[in-house]
Amino acid sequence: MPRLNSAADLEKLRQQILDRDDGKRVVSVTNGTDGRTRHSEVVVQAFVSEIKKQGLAGKLIVKSTGCHGFCEQEPTALILPEEICYVGVKPEDVPEIVSQTLAKGKVIERLLYEDPVSGQKITRESEIPFYKSQNQTVLGNNRFLDMKKIDDYIALGGYSALAKVLFEMTPGQVIEEVKRSGLRGRGGAGFPTGMKWEFCRNAPGEPKYVIVNCDEGDPGAYMDRSLMEGNPHSVLEGLLMGAYAIGTHDGYIYVRAEYPLAVENVDIAIRQAEEYGLLGQNILGSSFNFKINVQRGAGAFVCGEETALIASLEGRIGEPRQRPPFPATSGLWGKPTNINNVETWATVPLIINRGSKWFKSLGTERSKGTKIFSLVGKLKNTGLVEAPMGMTLGDIVFNIGGGIPDGKKFKAVQTGGPSGGVIPERLLNTPVDYEELSKLGAIMGSGGMIVMDEDTCLVDVARYFINFLAGESCGKCVPCREGIYQMLKILNRICEGNGREGDIELLEEIGETVRDFSLCALGRTAPNPVLSTIRYFRDEYEAHIRDKRCPALACKELIAYYIEPDKCQACLICLRNCPAEAITGDKKIVHVIDQEKCTKCGTCLEVCPPRFGAVTKLDRAKVPEPVRQEAAVIRK
Amino acid sequence: MGEVTLIVNDVEVKASKGTTILQAARTAGIDIPTLCSHEKLAPYGACRLCTVEIIRGQQSRLVASCVHPVEDGLIVNTESEPVVRGRKMLLALLWARAPGVQVLRKYGMKYGITEVGAGTDYTIIPGISAPKTKFDIEPTFCVLCGLCVRYCAEVKKRNAIGFIGRGTEREVVFFPEIASKVCPDCEECYPLCPTGALPLHYALAEAYHSTEELPTKG
Repeated sequence: MPRLNSAADLEKLRQQILDRDDGKRVVSVTNGTDGRTRHSEVVVQAFVSEIKKQGLAGKLIVKSTGCHGFCEQEPTALILPEEICYVGVKPEDVPEIVSQTLAKGKVIERLLYEDPVSGQKITRESEIPFYKSQNQTVLGNNRFLDMKKIDDYIALGGYSALAKVLFEMTPGQVIEEVKRSGLRGRGGAGFPTGMKWEFCRNAPGEPKYVIVNCDEGDPGAYMDRSLMEGNPHSVLEGLLMGAYAIGTHDGYIYVRAEYPLAVENVDIAIRQAEEYGLLGQNILGSSFNFKINVQRGAGAFVCGEETALIASLEGRIGEPRQRPPFPATSGLWGKPTNINNVETWATVPLIINRGSKWFKSLGTERSKGTKIFSLVGKLKNTGLVEAPMGMTLGDIVFNIGGGIPDGKKFKAVQTGGPSGGVIPERLLNTPVDYEELSKLGAIMGSGGMIVMDEDTCLVDVARYFINFLAGESCGKCVPCREGIYQMLKILNRICEGNGREGDIELLEEIGETVRDFSLCALGRTAPNPVLSTIRYFRDEYEAHIRDKRCPALACKELIAYYIEPDKCQACLICLRNCPAEAITGDKKIVHVIDQEKCTKCGTCLEVCPPRFGAVTKLDRAKVPEPVRQEAAVIRK
Repeated sequence: MGEVTLIVNDVEVKASKGTTILQAARTAGIDIPTLCSHEKLAPYGACRLCTVEIIRGQQSRLVASCVHPVEDGLIVNTESEPVVRGRKMLLALLWARAPGVQVLRKYGMKYGITEVGAGTDYTIIPGISAPKTKFDIEPTFCVLCGLCVRYCAEVKKRNAIGFIGRGTEREVVFFPEIASKVCPDCEECYPLCPTGALPLHYALAEAYHSTEELPTKG
């Protein structure tokens, strides 16, 4: 690879790449972690070998890309420039795609996405309702980039923002531009990025450090992973510009070891950037030097907290310490350090290229730009969603997410991961914005969004998150360690039907202490799931405590499975499938569940043929007496 | 080193820049409860009992006084309503895990929480009863203040004792390989322990270690 020694060299290379690939049809196959769970690697291989077999080598380009957002439909094959999008592609579909679509441009109807709402087949990816209302500025480039090829990034204008910064802007101007854009940290706290950079730049002490926080620990959230896998160079370019602005030559990428593909891709990206002279000494022929080290985390949620992350980087136990001093003045090895989340870094090249004015034009008064959310739960469409700040929760859930499947009712949405809050239906018109969400007792967090339907018990949800946090609290400070422990014990007993009068108030009391007295943000936000569910769903807590009843019929200890005698056809299916051998009956004899033996696994409900629909979930206090023996015989 | 003036509980207090609110208050004779603070050790900020309310202009915040630096003109209230409310909760939470700890009883007395918790009389010391707790008592005989761990690491530089486990599973243990060599001649952490349970911990580690090293017969 030639070393690039000036901005002109970079532009020349870009032209060469564009000329080389000009007029060639491209097939982008999603091959990130999510696609690989459905054998996308085999699909990519099938494309490569099939193109060779059909004598089309050299005329077509196969790209193995990161997630485009709609992970549940992966592996998807996106054919460019036509934007024809095939979903759920299997290796056996590949020969036809190559001979029909790639060679002739013909659309294969059966592989197109079918909208579950309208039932219509959709050809172009951007017309798919899931993508239609999105504004993918940060995530959008994933579809054009082979995860492991720097040339693809350069072809899109990659590293041109870096060239602009190095040769046309002073560090102060870069900071000003980022400040003007209104960009705020995407990791959760929402601190203004430009200001953070300025603090670090002005802090006395050398050397300084910059760090990428890719310790994405929220269950069910994978925004950072998808960026790190699919577009690692955008993160590197952002980091380089931040380093130039702050005045440092050393950067660290702290990435979860549970993200092997992200680690692999960022390692490759660093090597490629070094070969082009975009990293290392005299970057692009300038006097700016910069080195990046990749450090893998060891699986602690708390290490996403910046002081714990620094401790872990230094080789100490990943425990937070009190701020101040903030890392900007005393961070890694006691030196001024700036930490930003993956998404924040990846947003910076866009701001430099398109200008702070463009960025500011998106979003609300105090929250600018777009934000990536991982939209999961009881929805028709799930995946990564990038929307401008200010879009309402309702629009995200219903327009992008397609609403709730199986005719169920929407109940609540949890934003901000395990330490976020639950927001009920009546507040769905809330715009997504740092301040608006915290007013409701929730947080933006890093962008997790879990949608729950009517079958979800909110007390059980609070218990789930508190249980997660009990395992992830580092245990250093008393309120977080002991408070979470006691909250979990109380939530457990409520869900088991042993709740006591006064438990709700006690939960509130502990929650407030944990919130106000904990050392770090993990503890300070940990009570959110409890306090927000009490705030909006107090009646559900009361039903569990006073009536020993779970209104959503979700808490195992409070419900019972029951076979309705007049619907039971004595088919023996549930009886044979019951792992607890709790069902009695015989051919022509109505089946009965022995409530003493039943473990409430729900297998009987699952296997009972829908045309009978004999098994139901009931409040445990409402199980009728079993029918008398003579009445139990079905006479036909 | 410059000097700053702050107001602690309506009293003007002078302090050197770079010191903490806790140090300033103590110099002025104002007592703030602490478990994890020790003059020979770096501030740790873990027990949170020393949390105080600070007021700057219109804004008020709760901060741990052992780690929060003094600022000129800062108004500090060490016993305001939210401070006392939280402190009581912290004491109750701690009590459920380490009943019978004298220092918890002392603070329990101070905050007027003297009722015995969960129907069990843990009153051992005459005249001082246990702070009230609404929680089931599950004694671990350790408040995890970390004085022993930090003293061994920071002052003795031995690391013979440390934390294991995360979150609610956190425990203090002697590491037999190191402890068996250095502890018998030191034992300086014993008097630091607010629960007095350290020698027991050591005995356990020692017992475990000696079983490990028993020569196998035949």
